[in-house]
Amino acid sequence: MPNITPSAARQALKICSRRYSPSAFSISTFSPRFATTSSHNGRRTYVSETKPINATVNVDTAIKADQKVFLQEAGKKAQDETMSTTGMSADVMMSPTAGLLKQATIMDEGTRPIYLDMQATTPMDPRVLDAMLPFMTGLYGNPHSRTHAYGWETEKAVEKAREHIASLIGADPKEIIFTSGATESNNMSIKGVARFFGRSGKKKHIITCQTEHKCVLDSCRHLQDEGFEVTYLPVQNNGLIDMTQLEAAIRPDTVLVSIMTVNNEIGVVQSVEEIGRLCRSKKIFFHTDAAQAVGKIPIDVNKMNIDLMSISGHKIYGPKGIGACFVRRRPRVRLDPIITGGGQERGLRSGTLAPPLAIGFGEAARLCKEDMAYDGKRIAALSKRLLNGLLSLEHTSLNGDTSRHYPGCVNVSFAYVEGESLLMALKDIALSSGSACTSASLEPSYVLRALGSSDESAHSSIRFGIGRFTTEEEIDYVLKAVKERVTFLRELSPLWELVQEGVDLNTIEWSQH
Amino acid sequence: MSLMQVGKGDVAYNVRSLYRSLLRQSRQFAAYNFREYAKRRTRDAFREHQNETEERRIQELMQKGLKELQMMKRQTVISQFYQLDRLVVEGGKTGKQKGDEGGIVRQKDTGWD
Repeated sequence: MPNITPSAARQALKICSRRYSPSAFSISTFSPRFATTSSHNGRRTYVSETKPINATVNVDTAIKADQKVFLQEAGKKAQDETMSTTGMSADVMMSPTAGLLKQATIMDEGTRPIYLDMQATTPMDPRVLDAMLPFMTGLYGNPHSRTHAYGWETEKAVEKAREHIASLIGADPKEIIFTSGATESNNMSIKGVARFFGRSGKKKHIITCQTEHKCVLDSCRHLQDEGFEVTYLPVQNNGLIDMTQLEAAIRPDTVLVSIMTVNNEIGVVQSVEEIGRLCRSKKIFFHTDAAQAVGKIPIDVNKMNIDLMSISGHKIYGPKGIGACFVRRRPRVRLDPIITGGGQERGLRSGTLAPPLAIGFGEAARLCKEDMAYDGKRIAALSKRLLNGLLSLEHTSLNGDTSRHYPGCVNVSFAYVEGESLLMALKDIALSSGSACTSASLEPSYVLRALGSSDESAHSSIRFGIGRFTTEEEIDYVLKAVKERVTFLRELSPLWELVQEGVDLNTIEWSQH
Repeated sequence: MSLMQVGKGDVAYNVRSLYRSLLRQSRQFAAYNFREYAKRRTRDAFREHQNETEERRIQELMQKGLKELQMMKRQTVISQFYQLDRLVVEGGKTGKQKGDEGGIVRQKDTGWD
């Protein structure tokens, strides 16, 4: 016994220096068996240590090991052999690992979904990134610095970008105000004009439309709280507003009309020119949200008599986080700025510009102007292909007007299929049932409801967005996938069975629970 | 004899050479959509201007093409740095298992069924 104590003490010291937990220390001192056995060996354990790697299956090596075994036994390479019994590759058949881990196969296909949601955002063109990169690395001057070369070079590039944007919409560069996006431009225009002219208390009325983007509707709602009156014009079944209704809604105290050019959900192109002419004749300011229209359809602010226009950078293959607002100078449109401060951007939107974003936006606008005919032709052809394929399915319909329609936005209703479940089934295609802002909720689209669609029809609609980088293969893949899965989902549906039997669903009296 | 006349200074030779370099560079984009667009845009742009006769205009277009080539050289490198998984439409369309060396092993189940 006496000879154990010093060794136990030595052991304890050793353990302490190895930073063992106190419990390990206590066990070793009071267990003589452990102390005796470990005295000559340092540390002995009865269970081999478990490494996390031993618990996981390395698919790569497992498959390779199986292939090696096959080669040894059969003298042939597994991947070259086809088994006569099943017609499957020997590689799949003989390998238990490949059989068990069915997902862990070596596929010659990718898994990333096809992007077909160009109304939410567009991929940034590599040419845009190329224009931006110098200003993200070496040329970091503040464009408002007038005292040194760093500021001058950045300012020059920003002004060049402004020119590109202005020439895309036929405006003067001085009329372009950079903002953070179309939402800010909409807020700035609507709240700014209303607050500036509402101060006198005479002009207290605004006209907008039920199918506008949420940011326009919400700005108007805020103005209602401030004592303004807002008329929300209804739309016809095709998504266009009725000009006579608009004219009837105009009052002597109307200050602003805000109608979007291209609708983000159904792609309907409003007759902006007529609305502009009407507003000019009544001396009312006309604001249009052209985030979905600029760079895609030809726009001329002078020809269309537009006084205020919102533009977004990331809808025209530019960077996110930048937009612009066109504010007319002659006749001058006066605004109450939302953001005040250093007086940049004619004092309408203070704060330092983001030169890389503004320059990228400018480059994107230049490319859009240069390639508008080329892109337009191509998008129209792809859209025709997609639409013909989709409408060849039974019980499908295009939402919105067919002639006054931007081809890059195809909104189709698939009757007797739930839109959300179809979106789930189409996991390999990035699609949306409506605006990205409302895609988190399962509510049916308010735009489609405003068109007079039923709840079911609004629920079963899907929006396909085609852009500059969409290819024919992608469209064909989408058509095939949609056809297969719509048929599959309809097969599951009892309603579809009734329809096939010729029962009119509206005549059925569903029993109440 | 026609081969002898095609010297390095010949305009047609230069144009063809630029066309080939642009197409070769286009194929280097890692992202499917950009790659296909670059190839298509190059082809269509050359086809659009194939009947151009004015010397000055041809030179202008050549300069533009060279600018695009330089841009593409930079952007393809960036594209290759940030590679993502391939799209579902890319590559072989069969989706069958191949035992090729260096194949990508997938364990994710994206997509339906």
